[in-house]
Amino acid sequence: MGAETPAIEMRNIVKRFPGVIANDHVTFTARAGEVHALLGENGAGKTTLMNILYGLYHPDEGDIYVHGRRVTIHSPRDAIALGIGMVHQHFMLVHSHTVAENAVLGLAGTPFLRPAQSVREQIVALSERYRWHINPDAYIWQLSAGEQQRVEILKALLRGARVLILDEPTSMLTPGEARQLFAVMRQMAAEGRTVIFISHKLEEVMEVSDRVTVLRRGRVVGTVATRDTSPHELARMMVGREVLFRLEKKPVQRGEVVLRLEGVTALNDLNLPALKEVSLDVHAGEIVGIAGVAGNGQKELVEVITGLRPVIQGRIFLDGEEITNRDARFIGKRGVAHVPEDRVHMGVVPNLSVAENLILKYYDTPSFARGWFLDLQAVTTFAQQKVKEYQIRTPTVHTPVKLLSGGNIQRLILARELAFQPRLVVAAHPTSGLDVGAMEHVRQLLLRQREEGAAILLVSEDLDEVLELSDRVAVMFGGRIVGVVDASEADVEAIGAMMAGLNTTAEAAA
Amino acid sequence: MDWQVFWTAVLAAIPAGTPYLYATLGEIYAERSGILNLGVEGMMIMGAVVGFGVTLSTGNPWLGFAAAALAGALLALIHAFVSITLRANQIISGLALTMFGLGLSGLLGRRYIGTPLPVRVREVPIPILSDIPLVGDLLFNHDPIVYLSFVLVPVLGFLLFHTRLGISIRSVGENPATADAMGVNVFRVRYLCTVWGGVLAGIAGAYLSIVYAPAWIEGMTAGAGWIAIALTIFALWSPYRALVGAYLFGGVKVLQYRLQPLGVSPNLLNTLPFVLTILVLLMATGEVRRRRIGMPAALGIPYSREER
Amino acid sequence: MTLPIRAERRLVVPRTVALTAVTLSVLVALVVIGIVFTLAGIPPLATYARMFRGAFGSTYGLSETLVKTIPLLLTSVGLAVAFRALVWNIGAEGQLLMGATAATWVALFLLPDAPSWVLLPAMFLAGFIAGALWALIPAFLKVRFQTNEVITTLMTVYIAEEFVNYLVYGPWKGAAEWGFPYTDRFPEAAQLPVLGATRIHYPTLLLGLILAALMYVLLHHTKLGYEIRVTGENPLAARYAGIDARRIILFVMLISGGLAGLAGVGEVAGVHHRLRYARGISAGYGFTAIIVAWLGRLHPLAIIVASFLFGGLLVGGDVLQVSLNLPVATIDMFNGVILFFVIAAEILTRYKISVRSKEA
Repeated sequence: MGAETPAIEMRNIVKRFPGVIANDHVTFTARAGEVHALLGENGAGKTTLMNILYGLYHPDEGDIYVHGRRVTIHSPRDAIALGIGMVHQHFMLVHSHTVAENAVLGLAGTPFLRPAQSVREQIVALSERYRWHINPDAYIWQLSAGEQQRVEILKALLRGARVLILDEPTSMLTPGEARQLFAVMRQMAAEGRTVIFISHKLEEVMEVSDRVTVLRRGRVVGTVATRDTSPHELARMMVGREVLFRLEKKPVQRGEVVLRLEGVTALNDLNLPALKEVSLDVHAGEIVGIAGVAGNGQKELVEVITGLRPVIQGRIFLDGEEITNRDARFIGKRGVAHVPEDRVHMGVVPNLSVAENLILKYYDTPSFARGWFLDLQAVTTFAQQKVKEYQIRTPTVHTPVKLLSGGNIQRLILARELAFQPRLVVAAHPTSGLDVGAMEHVRQLLLRQREEGAAILLVSEDLDEVLELSDRVAVMFGGRIVGVVDASEADVEAIGAMMAGLNTTAEAAA
Repeated sequence: MDWQVFWTAVLAAIPAGTPYLYATLGEIYAERSGILNLGVEGMMIMGAVVGFGVTLSTGNPWLGFAAAALAGALLALIHAFVSITLRANQIISGLALTMFGLGLSGLLGRRYIGTPLPVRVREVPIPILSDIPLVGDLLFNHDPIVYLSFVLVPVLGFLLFHTRLGISIRSVGENPATADAMGVNVFRVRYLCTVWGGVLAGIAGAYLSIVYAPAWIEGMTAGAGWIAIALTIFALWSPYRALVGAYLFGGVKVLQYRLQPLGVSPNLLNTLPFVLTILVLLMATGEVRRRRIGMPAALGIPYSREER
Repeated sequence: MTLPIRAERRLVVPRTVALTAVTLSVLVALVVIGIVFTLAGIPPLATYARMFRGAFGSTYGLSETLVKTIPLLLTSVGLAVAFRALVWNIGAEGQLLMGATAATWVALFLLPDAPSWVLLPAMFLAGFIAGALWALIPAFLKVRFQTNEVITTLMTVYIAEEFVNYLVYGPWKGAAEWGFPYTDRFPEAAQLPVLGATRIHYPTLLLGLILAALMYVLLHHTKLGYEIRVTGENPLAARYAGIDARRIILFVMLISGGLAGLAGVGEVAGVHHRLRYARGISAGYGFTAIIVAWLGRLHPLAIIVASFLFGGLLVGGDVLQVSLNLPVATIDMFNGVILFFVIAAEILTRYKISVRSKEA
């Protein structure tokens, strides 16, 4: 087996984005006839590597070989010509078209008249071969996520894919659909194709893959044969052990309960259950970190607390007052600060000035409003003070926010959210994408809030950060809190395993 | 109303609705590719004046129609450049196009006011078929431009729904990022459809000035271009339904004059198309229903690769 | 892409660049129209000179320019508020007509014998309400059913036009009007005072200036204006801040419709002194106002200047018609071409353009 030419070989791939090295001399090899899993946390560089292979990104350094031949892939078209197909997490489908119409879109060699007819038979044949039950005349909008994914795979196969990349293919599937997908993946490998499977879920990787390559922070940790490894070994490779730096964390007396969730259930944007009977308390003077791989309900958790998503079952209390399904303004007024995940699109209004953005939550409070009017003098004074206090680098307070760097935008958001002694700070990925200096600053600010007696809910994908800042860590998996542990006694491997859905026997929720 | 009056009204609805039909077919193509062109009125009136002028000076109405199509296409090209290449606001650009067309046509047409055309485009009854009672008069006793529209509707319908090009057009209007990723040239398709919309709008205008009136009257389209935009929605972006809608609205136009003696206000009758359009939009509420009726999801949104 | 051009995005367009671009684009537009004129056998420079003299070169011309500035100002200032919130009210023409209709109803049927100080305010009030209500129909449909307001507002223009025509050809047709589609003349008390021998109904002009200032204050100095700007610039941030977008949509439609309605009152009470057929009341002020608002960059104070210039352009159009025997519609060509160059310039100033050497 070792002597044959690998289907795909990527050597010393380097890809830099502003401020980040997404792939740092990554070498990756996949053979024909195998299911090869690419495992790692979010931001480990898995998708970047595969986007390079599919021609969406161009590597800064490194070479790619397909069936032993060195190639340069400029665009997805080149990749398709080389027999590489990719199914993205977000499907590339036209919803108002039928399955057959999507299949022929941009497909070379189809007739001008009735092109959809020309691929019907192939669709039916493929559908039978993989037991998909796809009707070529069904409209995409009528299909479930799992069925849409099959259409995407079908499109790749119709274009002659010998190498198929699947990016987090189970993230939108039901367990049953996932099992069917795994069967198809095995079948395709048996046909001699190469299936590259991007995932962060250990169970799945163990179930379906032949070999696993683990990435961590843009580097390859190792490639192992699945049958020679164990979930625990993979978890350790994924999460790692080293901690970058320690922050000074003063002991703070934990106070009364500020935020209480009782059996909260909510749906995601696709109307599927995303939060399932979540119960959690956060006390004054305490940071509760939410650890978990993205897409396990963290976003929805943040949104139900801040009033941006309806709760369909359960209740939420703030300082004993029920805030279930109250609007964002009502909740904000009661001292809930929200550092949103999507800073530029949600946290600020890019065309408005620094000063105007600083009052986004307070423009109608007595500090800045007199009757119907805004007190522009007070707004400017407030802005000048905050710019100084939070070291926001901006020419003037009247500069549009879109001119600020990411770190400065985050400082602005924190300056605003922390301005009036919040009772609860909900911080979603507050340091993601920031440089080290800004990251430090943001962490210090959160710790200071804790000392001042605020309750803090920190959502982060950076497990080190969660462990370092939090007093307690709650691990989310599949829309549930699967365990709450004390941060000082936390075992990284145990948390990693819980994050991967392996172990749900941790201490009961407080 | 007796049968005879009703029947003549039905027969008159076809030529009355023909300009609507051409303009609507064109706008359907533009909108299907994601380009909202509110300049139909301007393209039509330019078609009307150019068609009239060329017919007058050459004595050949078919040259007139060709010139009108060209004029419409040139105007549409401006809108295409501004909204596709420059990615400007399509609403504003379309309004500018309408104003430009109304103004320029007034200027170009001032010599033609009150001038009769030397030639007429007449009905060409199709032998034998036109002798069939009722159906003969309804379908086989018209001028060539009407016959052409009878052919165009199924051809354009088939083209849109059952060909490679049609699939590309609809995917570009629905999800340009996906179309781009699948190798469709989004910009080329949008240019093509917008200009084609101009060609048909030009012909629609020329039909008014060469066949229907036949004369040049300043501002003679009198809102027909806006009706075509309403009809595009009314037809749910389908060439087949455009046929029904155009004749329905043509019928309303005919009825205004015929119902007046019976005490029905022509003005109130005139509002019918517009009220109907709003009602149709109301039915198109909600994401699923919007999908089902075919409203292009990317309508009016400029496409840029960088912002994908 | 179709052109070998590389465009780099500029984040902020310096004010001088923006102003230069607008001025240049108007000049280029005039050159283009000049070429069209030349081709049509009309001497462009002499024609421009006549138009300019006609609109700004005499007391009479200036006064007529101001008469046309009034409805443009009122309407475009209202539209600017709606456009700032990203609500596309294209139906100001219809809202203006409904305002005129309501004022006529008050003047002729509701309070025909009231004294001026009661009647005129009542007419303005009725006009505002009618314009606002007419705009609230599409606003309600947008809020309740998410219908596209571009189409619905446009449809309501034609409905309003036909409604006005119905009234003046039918039930409201004046007894003493010799079969013309006019209502009877308004009582003296329903006619707005004018400046000297001109047709400038100064109360409406003042109202327009005051409202422009008020809209400036609204947008930049009030909580509501802040909410409007946040909603228009970033709807997601508005939601995050707990701003109710539906309230904003209803409000900006109410304001833009109401102001257009006031413009309609000004036309019937100040200029025509009766309701006439729709095109007789407004030759597209509601549509021209969209350009004016855009040219004024949706800034109420800049819109005052833009309205005045377009008022002058409309008067210049009358000059073309009267002294050069050109069709009235010629002026629409100016509107269209200027608008094209202004939007093109606006986009182009956002980019630094360079020719691309090869496919990136």
